[in-house]
Amino acid sequence: MKYTFSNRLKIGSIVLMVVGAICLISGFLSAPSTVEEAKEMVAAAHGDGHGGGHGEEASHGTEHEEDYMEKSGHTATADSHGDSDATDKNHEAGHDASHDEHVLHQLQNRPWSALYVAAFFFFMISLGVLAFYAIQRAAQAGWSPLLFRVMEGITSYIVPGGIIVFVILLLSVLHMNHMFTWVDPEVVAHDKLLQGKKGYLNPTFFLIRAAIFLGGWIAYRQYSRKLSLAQDQADDNSNFKKNFRVSAAFLVFYLISESMMSWDWIMSLDPHWFSTLFGWYVFASMFVSGITTIALITIYLKSKGYLPEVNNSHIHDLAKFMFGISIFWTYLWFSQFMLIWYANIPEEVTYFVTRIEDYKLPFFGMLAMNFIFPLLVLMNSDYKRVNWFVVMAGIVILFGHYMDIFNMVMPATVGDQWYLGVPEIGGILFFAGLFIYYVFNALTKEELTPKRNPFIEESRHFHY
Amino acid sequence: MASKVIHAVYNDDDILMHAVKEVRAAHHHIEEVYTPFPVHGLDKAMGLADTRIAITSFMYGCLGLTVAIVMMNYIMIQDWPQDIGGKPSFSYLENMPAFVPIMFELTVFFAAHLMVITFYLRSRMWPFKKAENPDKRTTDDLFLMEVGVHGNEKELKDLLLNTGAIEVTVTEKDE
Repeated sequence: MKYTFSNRLKIGSIVLMVVGAICLISGFLSAPSTVEEAKEMVAAAHGDGHGGGHGEEASHGTEHEEDYMEKSGHTATADSHGDSDATDKNHEAGHDASHDEHVLHQLQNRPWSALYVAAFFFFMISLGVLAFYAIQRAAQAGWSPLLFRVMEGITSYIVPGGIIVFVILLLSVLHMNHMFTWVDPEVVAHDKLLQGKKGYLNPTFFLIRAAIFLGGWIAYRQYSRKLSLAQDQADDNSNFKKNFRVSAAFLVFYLISESMMSWDWIMSLDPHWFSTLFGWYVFASMFVSGITTIALITIYLKSKGYLPEVNNSHIHDLAKFMFGISIFWTYLWFSQFMLIWYANIPEEVTYFVTRIEDYKLPFFGMLAMNFIFPLLVLMNSDYKRVNWFVVMAGIVILFGHYMDIFNMVMPATVGDQWYLGVPEIGGILFFAGLFIYYVFNALTKEELTPKRNPFIEESRHFHY
Repeated sequence: MASKVIHAVYNDDDILMHAVKEVRAAHHHIEEVYTPFPVHGLDKAMGLADTRIAITSFMYGCLGLTVAIVMMNYIMIQDWPQDIGGKPSFSYLENMPAFVPIMFELTVFFAAHLMVITFYLRSRMWPFKKAENPDKRTTDDLFLMEVGVHGNEKELKDLLLNTGAIEVTVTEKDE
């Protein structure tokens, strides 16, 4: 049975895109262009008490951090924005001026960051699904072939999503914003650590790497989809076997490229800071978001009468993955946090000092949404088969992982000038609309059930 | 009191599963099935009630978590506070991340061990207990179904032989 994109959903997704685009554009238009405007905005925000939940006592967290770093004798400062060079800091007036410019850059970064976080989040969902799909292929899983078309529909978004992320990275390298401070040669000239990393972390190589990663992922996705469709028409299993081999090879490429992508696209926002398990941590986030999206879209399609052969054992398995990977994510998050917290080395711990001082609510709220909520809601075996339970847990997990990306990006780009306001919500709406439009459009292209997958019978009778 | 039971022996788990379904469909009471390994889905086929061990596991986990919190609070905060890595132990909450591994391990430890002990007790198994196994071959490669006889011996025997049993014997069972 072919899926037809219902008009209500189509119009809904277009409305989301339009509203989101308007919010994003207004975010760009209202960003300050001069230091004076930036000062006014900060003063107005404090006066009105629009703190987005973060009080004034927290608003100078970054400066405390700088003081702390100076006291502890580290010449490479924690001032990851590097707009102020070391000599300026010795003069009060110079420091003030550079601080004002710093705030200006943070406020200018805000719509860009809102755009980037949402663009990356929805791209990451399709990449996570692509990894899940490749694992099903490489493992020759018997339970999942009924869901392959749904997964292929979601991974189709990797093409527009990846191109959008690439364009944002390209514009950042072209100095349209100040998100990646290391692309600024002025900053690098005054920064010994960045000079040391220059061989890897330079604009040209950065873009080349991004192109290689995206090229590899998109190539696998298109080739595997082609083989998957060809298998339905063929009279032998050669396409299936080829798909198995190419998926196994892709997983090797993916594990390396995903890790490097997370250093490049996220970790380099804080170019002085590094964590060796950052790649895994981002992977866990995209994996659980992807699996959650598969479950949500499957349940939606089932509720519309499609996918009649998908039974509650399939939903149960997806929910088990949502539960398990949520705990895996927490394990990695905590492994990263505890070592840095306990060792308390200044150049490492500054990462969490910023987040706990300026981002208390999103930082701890994300833990509740990504760990405690799915842990309690999805623990019971029977609840994993109840659609509305899975949907409820899924929505919280997705929002929690948006906050996870938010917490990875925002402290580096906008510092304490963060809000969950018009541009952020606009970013979510716009990319959610685009994602829904593109994915459901891709779902209409082919039959929703593969016909000749050798494991399709096993998947039909999957029963636990 | 001794009661009369029929022992039907099978040599394949698939045949056993079908036999269990047929015997139940014919409204005979299956007292017990002895198998050399766990047979997936047998509990559902026999119509046994769902296990409640998961609930006990959750409660034991909560107990373990509580024990860990109380224990670490006493040891590290109240009884002998130390300054480790520039983090003086004055408050449980501020030092909590250091205790998370212990909280996790004791949760798992309590849940796992107490669940196993509960399972043994509930199955009435303890050290030096004499095995309640009617036929030693069920620990090797045979499956045995025990069905109660209530004056329908002949009919039951035929039914069991028809379901693919390789051996059917009637015995007296001591309660």
